[in-house]
Amino acid sequence: MSNIVLQVEDLHTSFFTRAGEVKAVDGVSFYVKEGETFGIVGESGCGKSVTGLSILRLLPEPAGQVVGGKIIMEGKSLLELNPKQMRAYRGKMISMILQDPMSSLNPVYTIGDQIGESVRLHQDLPENMVEAEVIDALRLLRIPSPEVRAREYPFQLSGGMRQRAVGAIAMSCRPRLLIADEPTTALDATIQAQYIALFEDIQEKTNVAIIFITHDFGVVARICDRVGVMYAGKIIETASTRDIFKNPKHPYTKALIQSVPQLVKKDERLFSIEGQPPSLLRLPKGCRFYPRCTVSMDICKEQEPPEVKIGENRSVSCWRVK
Amino acid sequence: MAKVILEARDIVKHYPVTKGLLQRTVGWVRAVDGVSFSVEQGKTLSIVGESGAGKTTVARQILLLEKLTSGSILFEGTDLYKMSPAQIKDEYRPKVHYVQQNPWSSMNPRMRIRDVVGEPIFVNTKQTKKTVYTEVTKLLEQVGIDIDGMSRYPHEFSGGQRQRIAVARALALNPTLLILDEPVSALDVSIRAQIMNLFKDLQSKFDLSYIVIAHNLATVRYMSHSVAIMYLGQLVEYGDSEALFERPLHPYTRALISASQLTLPEDSEGKAQQIILTGEMPSPLNPPSGCRFHTRCTEASDKCSKDVPEMRKVGKQMVKCHHYD
Repeated sequence: MSNIVLQVEDLHTSFFTRAGEVKAVDGVSFYVKEGETFGIVGESGCGKSVTGLSILRLLPEPAGQVVGGKIIMEGKSLLELNPKQMRAYRGKMISMILQDPMSSLNPVYTIGDQIGESVRLHQDLPENMVEAEVIDALRLLRIPSPEVRAREYPFQLSGGMRQRAVGAIAMSCRPRLLIADEPTTALDATIQAQYIALFEDIQEKTNVAIIFITHDFGVVARICDRVGVMYAGKIIETASTRDIFKNPKHPYTKALIQSVPQLVKKDERLFSIEGQPPSLLRLPKGCRFYPRCTVSMDICKEQEPPEVKIGENRSVSCWRVK
Repeated sequence: MAKVILEARDIVKHYPVTKGLLQRTVGWVRAVDGVSFSVEQGKTLSIVGESGAGKTTVARQILLLEKLTSGSILFEGTDLYKMSPAQIKDEYRPKVHYVQQNPWSSMNPRMRIRDVVGEPIFVNTKQTKKTVYTEVTKLLEQVGIDIDGMSRYPHEFSGGQRQRIAVARALALNPTLLILDEPVSALDVSIRAQIMNLFKDLQSKFDLSYIVIAHNLATVRYMSHSVAIMYLGQLVEYGDSEALFERPLHPYTRALISASQLTLPEDSEGKAQQIILTGEMPSPLNPPSGCRFHTRCTEASDKCSKDVPEMRKVGKQMVKCHHYD
């Protein structure tokens, strides 16, 4: 049994706006083990990115705040660290890859400088060793001719190479946990396939735990071991990737999987979920999915369904599932 | 045989690369390099390719936003470049409309929805405001937008609703052809299905033709009757959609399909088939010799780097590859 790297328990993150409290993350629990990839899937606005930012404590404060719950990394509670201690975690223990590589790289520094920055910050190494680490990180991401690339600027690289450079920054200190927030969304189909294969390879070599945030079930099927499906601030179903596809339990998961066009023949109608996710300012009283659910019952309108454990690695929040 | 709405014959777009004080031309970017296809009434043609393949340039050429370097585009049998400006304005523009990828940037944030949708009618006809707004009500009903939204502004709508409004605007003048540039890629999964179903319904209701520009093959399969795969400014495979997905001929098409397929975990059969291409698309400034795909092809031979392959008919498809000589 491998070790749990990160455990999130009943996390609540809110944004305090003029219109009121927006409960972006409203009671989310999950864990990631060493060498495992946990996917968080959901539509825009469901709170998946805010979950990632809460773990790194990078919320735009004071508007956004973690208002409850626990985030525990290898026995340490991250929410109790002071800012200086937290800084020592970022980049060294936990790192993050964002969607758009052009906006996460600094255009006026070379790729080598930017990878070296986190190496210098976290490891007390002589300059020639830093350089070796930089080349090593570039090699890990399979960037061809790393010595040359290290001296180039972001604009000289293609989109796929830039995203690899971002990956090299993230992996430069060999973190224990990597949070990847839609890292493949901005890439072309064939480049996306390359990048995903690369992730698998890196995980094998470094045994890093990955939280993979995405909206794309195709990507989930390829890279994740377990998945949590998020809707309006809550994880409504957690299961192994295999179970999610073969036997989804929650009506929202079922509907999402049925609207993946890969699985539909041309002349069938695509299944579509009517309506839109609720506003996080005015959540429905009962189940959040109730207004769009096709199999709702009276109780769904009145009471929020509890999280029910079914089997060892599965849980669902739905009144229909007992 | 259905009526052909639009036909592109060997269209080319080369952009000059200039250098120095005198702006001498030192090279050409071959963005589109000899592309031919046709769209029939009531059918959908999808043009698929990765970024830099030239698919958006093709769309812009059809919309006359880019001049052709050579070749011709025929609309209902008439060459666009032989039409007078007045004919273009009265006979071509109202019939062909464009729906952009990003519904957040394709609308003026200061205009009310009724004016956003009504603008094409105001510009092209001399109707009174009242009759135009009645027309707008009908259009919004067709795309499933509540007419209470007429006097609201674009920011008050969600992404899916905005895309519906953009479609209503494109339908305002009863067009025959819509060019949809990545129509669903900016939308969420659950909303995508709604919009794709809407496109299908409108197509059968009004006998519309679509040219869909896309990079996601999964949505393409669901929407289209024929598919053209573009690589580095040229078509590498073109033909009936089902045939192309059932039996992809070109190695690039196979790699694209493999990249968009849903491989279920522990489905070892599926995993083995995944084709991962090495490298990236070369620069259109200096395309490779012979077959343009040979630098990344898994099945390339000596011949591929020397001789340029011809477009050949194989079954229901056309393919540009030496393996079918």
